[in-house]
Amino acid sequence: MNALKKALGVLWLIAGPAVIFFLVQGAVEHIDPKGTKDINSPVVWIIIIAIFTPIALGLMIFGWYALRGEYDHLPESSSEI
Amino acid sequence: MKNDTASSICKVIGASSVGTMIEWYDFYIFGMLAKTISVQFFPEGNTTAALLSTLAIFAAGFIVRPFGALVFGRLGDLIGRKYTFLLTLVLMGGSTFLIGLVPGYKSIGIAAPLLVLLLRLLQGLALGGEYGGAATYVAEHAPTHRRGFFTSWIQTTATLGLFVALGVIMLVKMNMPDEQFNTEWGGWRYPFWFSILLVVVSIYIRMKMHESPLFAKLKSEGKTSANPLRESFRNKANFKMVLLALFGAVMGQGVVWYTGQFYAQSFLETKCTLEFEQSRTVMLWAIAFATPFFLFFGWLSDKIGRKWIMMLGMLLGILTYRPIFGYFLETTQAITKNAEAKISGITEEYTETSTGERIRTHTTVYSLADGSGFREVQRDTLDTGGAVKAAGPVIVAEKHLSSSQYWKFAGLVFLLILYVTMVYGPIAAFLVEIFPTKIRYTSMSLPYHIGNGVFGGLVPFIGLLLTTSFPGDPLVGLWYPIGVAALCLVIGVIYLNNRIDKNVED
Repeated sequence: MNALKKALGVLWLIAGPAVIFFLVQGAVEHIDPKGTKDINSPVVWIIIIAIFTPIALGLMIFGWYALRGEYDHLPESSSEI
Repeated sequence: MKNDTASSICKVIGASSVGTMIEWYDFYIFGMLAKTISVQFFPEGNTTAALLSTLAIFAAGFIVRPFGALVFGRLGDLIGRKYTFLLTLVLMGGSTFLIGLVPGYKSIGIAAPLLVLLLRLLQGLALGGEYGGAATYVAEHAPTHRRGFFTSWIQTTATLGLFVALGVIMLVKMNMPDEQFNTEWGGWRYPFWFSILLVVVSIYIRMKMHESPLFAKLKSEGKTSANPLRESFRNKANFKMVLLALFGAVMGQGVVWYTGQFYAQSFLETKCTLEFEQSRTVMLWAIAFATPFFLFFGWLSDKIGRKWIMMLGMLLGILTYRPIFGYFLETTQAITKNAEAKISGITEEYTETSTGERIRTHTTVYSLADGSGFREVQRDTLDTGGAVKAAGPVIVAEKHLSSSQYWKFAGLVFLLILYVTMVYGPIAAFLVEIFPTKIRYTSMSLPYHIGNGVFGGLVPFIGLLLTTSFPGDPLVGLWYPIGVAALCLVIGVIYLNNRIDKNVED
């Protein structure tokens, strides 16, 4: 199981930038000053990309930790934290 | 002695749950009355008002909630749980009551949407701080073998808040004509005013509570954290658990929760064009029957562990969302004009637009043999002589289900909410057990509000985005919650363990 945890770490590392790429691509495609829907509003996209960027970074850090075997053993008491 | 302990824990659960439920009620009524609120405060055609409206909807949920988790989480770990979640209650209740007092755009212009935006942001901030405090407070009073069960009472509050909000709005709406409900100082304001009564009662109850015994002990020993934010997010050992909690549990829980409780209702109203009363009562029945399962799964998690119950809830959502929503759509699409359709009523209404044009709204009510029905609405523009100048399209609206269809819908929505109870019932105990007492409030609040506010809150937006990009599939919006839940399921199954922490006092 630990080998699988580490191997999947690579996937999470790649997933982070992929999420940002798709969000930016979605913004470019759908922002339309003449549009009336939420997905046409630049403000909405700015908020979503701003909030998702740190989350995507978090996913990358999660992947990095997984790859380095940080999740091979989970803490069993607060003294390990 | 045993009775004293039981009575004391009941008071702790009661006081925490009632306050949290009121906070959810306050947060929901804004969303449920969004249509009326937008007419009163964010009129169409005004670009500044439209921008403020967008900020009120998106910023309150996505930015301010996690920010509130940080602000109040830190406060809760520094000064204590009791005073922090008392403060969030006052902030939430006060903001809600004040929204009900803000005059409309017609009276005070752009100040109206500005004030509403400010108060909505305060609501989001307060909500971000409330949940972590209530869950921590109850968990720190609970014995090890009943932690899941006791904290599951807090988990019922989000659903009960929705139930009370739906009920109060329906009650007001059913007791006055639509026109009276929607005017500037009309009935839509009553649910906001009602909130102050609930909050005063809850503040009174919470004032009488004592500080969490674990936090009080830490404080008396001088062992509280000096900088909870730094210790939560800059200490690698703790931060990696924050990430695991988010990606392995709360992210999936957030989308399952949002899909069952909100997306379902919006889908029934907009995609299935179900009439207002049926779409709301279907939800009310489903919520009423499903709510006890929060307690059941909380209790079960004390016996078999938290992990597999949450993972099963996600798996069931992944496997059944498309068939269930597909059934809703197919059933309502079949309610259409056929050889057996009978006209059971025709009405005509005349209104005048601001440009002086006369509009005739012609409504035909059709009943089908099985008891279902629908309305056909056509809006024509008339000239001064009364002749049709421009005929509007015939729109099929307000579909009405037959009795058997209605109960099948209620049963399926019940299933969707049952998944919610599986993922949401045990999660407070799960989060509390991961983090140490001195930084628990901060560490658990942030992943919770990112999972629910951001991942869950984005369900309708990404749904719309997918529907726009792939218009051929009306169920395409479901791929977002399915995808996020699937990712979370994989991470949860592989990385989480199913251990119940015996000692949360450390």
